Amino acid sequence: MPAPEIGKKNPLVKFEHIEKSYDGETLVVRDLNLDIAQGEFLTMLGPSGSGKTTCLMMLSGFETPTHGEIYLEDKPIGSIPPHKRNIGFVFQNYALFPHMTISENIGYPLHVRKVPKHKIKERVSKILDMIELSGFENRRPAQLSGGQQQRIALARALVFEPKLVLMDEPLGALDKNLREQMQFEIKALHARLNVTVVYVTHDQSEALTMSNRIAVFDDGIIQQISTPEVLYEEPMNAFVAQFIGENNRISGEVVDINGKYCKVKFEGGIVTALKVNVKAVGDKTSLSLRPERVIVNPEAGTTENIFKGEVRELIYLGDHIRTRVNVCGNRDFIIKVPNSAGHKITGKDKNIIVGWSSEDCRALDAGV
Amino acid sequence: MAFPVYVGKLEKTWYYFFRVICGAVLFFLIAPLIVLIPLSFNAEPYFTFTKGMLSFDPSAFSLRWYQDFLNNPQWLHSIKNSFIIGISSTFLATFFGTLAAWGLSRPYTPFRVTIMSILISPMIVPIIISAAGMFFFYSKVGLSQTYIGLILAHTALGIPFVVITVTATLVGFDKSLIRASASLGADLVTTWRKVIIPLILPGVISGSLFAFVTSFDEIVAVLFLAGYEQRTIPRQMWSGIREQISPTILAVATLLILLSISLLTTVELLRRRSERLRGIASS
Repeated sequence: MPAPEIGKKNPLVKFEHIEKSYDGETLVVRDLNLDIAQGEFLTMLGPSGSGKTTCLMMLSGFETPTHGEIYLEDKPIGSIPPHKRNIGFVFQNYALFPHMTISENIGYPLHVRKVPKHKIKERVSKILDMIELSGFENRRPAQLSGGQQQRIALARALVFEPKLVLMDEPLGALDKNLREQMQFEIKALHARLNVTVVYVTHDQSEALTMSNRIAVFDDGIIQQISTPEVLYEEPMNAFVAQFIGENNRISGEVVDINGKYCKVKFEGGIVTALKVNVKAVGDKTSLSLRPERVIVNPEAGTTENIFKGEVRELIYLGDHIRTRVNVCGNRDFIIKVPNSAGHKITGKDKNIIVGWSSEDCRALDAGV
Repeated sequence: MAFPVYVGKLEKTWYYFFRVICGAVLFFLIAPLIVLIPLSFNAEPYFTFTKGMLSFDPSAFSLRWYQDFLNNPQWLHSIKNSFIIGISSTFLATFFGTLAAWGLSRPYTPFRVTIMSILISPMIVPIIISAAGMFFFYSKVGLSQTYIGLILAHTALGIPFVVITVTATLVGFDKSLIRASASLGADLVTTWRKVIIPLILPGVISGSLFAFVTSFDEIVAVLFLAGYEQRTIPRQMWSGIREQISPTILAVATLLILLSISLLTTVELLRRRSERLRGIASS
């Protein structure tokens, strides 16, 4: 999806040199600098303990940074308590008030802001309509299913028209189909209401489908922040390459650097790759190659990288065949062969020739 | 009783025997109370069943002891005191006990175990020791034989009940609700009023009920600390038994039993109603 024009206006949220430590020793978030544009859908993606949820907590006011400043609409918000920040929050466990009806739950933020009763009723009705749960006004949260509760939690965070809404892994407790449906609904609401969303998740496919930009977190810093396409096709380090999408790794050592490209030597030969995250000859590197960019039995001379390998396993997945191959020192090299007429994988021949363009092969840091 | 096919003779015997044992235990607990009730209608000033009562002769029954109780200025004064002291100490115990339980349930409270032990100690330490200690201390500060002194003493005795029940309620309390309320714009006072109190109210009420009954029935501390002005119902019953031997106390006892039953029934009905309203299945 197209990214909003960052830079035309001032960013809505600005993290400046943010640091956070709980015990004074280990830094959970390290020197974080981030600008979030108005109206964008930004996802903070990363494994557990990477600092993404902590950033969300600092933005909402439930945690304070140990260093640095956060700006909302150019005003520092460090000293503003959570209840004055006017930021919507959707919790992973929904946090609906069990003793109130649905309309009282959704009307709560309006009630607290002293909106007149008839207006509250009107706005609650309108938003229930938007999430397709009209008629549920007098039910209680305990009577609703997980997906319905999540939609109510969403409505409650949006009804007071905040400029910014934060979501902390809201779909974690739902089953796959419901999750995909809710992803679609959240995106639709985002487009319709033109609100800025900061979304935290550890599910990379969720991040890829929903976001304008994704900030990949690991170990307290943003490893890379960009649009889904750029992150998938041009990962800048081994962590991002391996965290997003599937990735074939070839370990080796740089033996030559020639402008945009470099030559990497591994046990059985030399690969020509894009020089992305290596500095000098002699550096250890890990090459990243997406399975769908591997060509089976390429014509000689069409690409620089052609190698012989041995087929280890074929898994039939209907629309494609997942082929595990031993090549270039990697015993779990994956190729996805589309199940089109005349495809060349039969399983009878153990030998296979694979090739790829050096544009598709990125030389990154040696990583973990 | 329709037993499943696989139940053997031993299980069947146990099934009935178990119920007989339970019945016997309950009977043992309740019988002394049940016996009091008809005795309180005795026309003669005796503590035993007269021949007339056993043959259900209407003239053997009378309401004279109830009349004595409700017309006697000493008893009326005691009733007034019992309620004044009971309600005041319950109010204070509930207020402070709830706040204490809230503070103690936070994740990083320092000295939590020590504080909790001190607050609960009146329930564990033999009442005679607490009462004697209070007597010596209150005498020194001039609180002995005053209403305030007795109210404070009963508050201290009632706090453990409130702390325990409210702490138990808070264990099941979803802390993210407080963050949700804050994120929606409610300050702390509003959050307390609209979110926290409604949800912990069953625990608070249950604890305050225990505190009230504790104060209402309390005799040992009253014996040490109360002057003539502050006599409560149990204090009056105490002199009734030791000095006057009047069956009026049977009438008082019967009324107290009825009061306890109606209090407990009311609270249980309220609890069930609030659980229904909250959509939680009542157990």
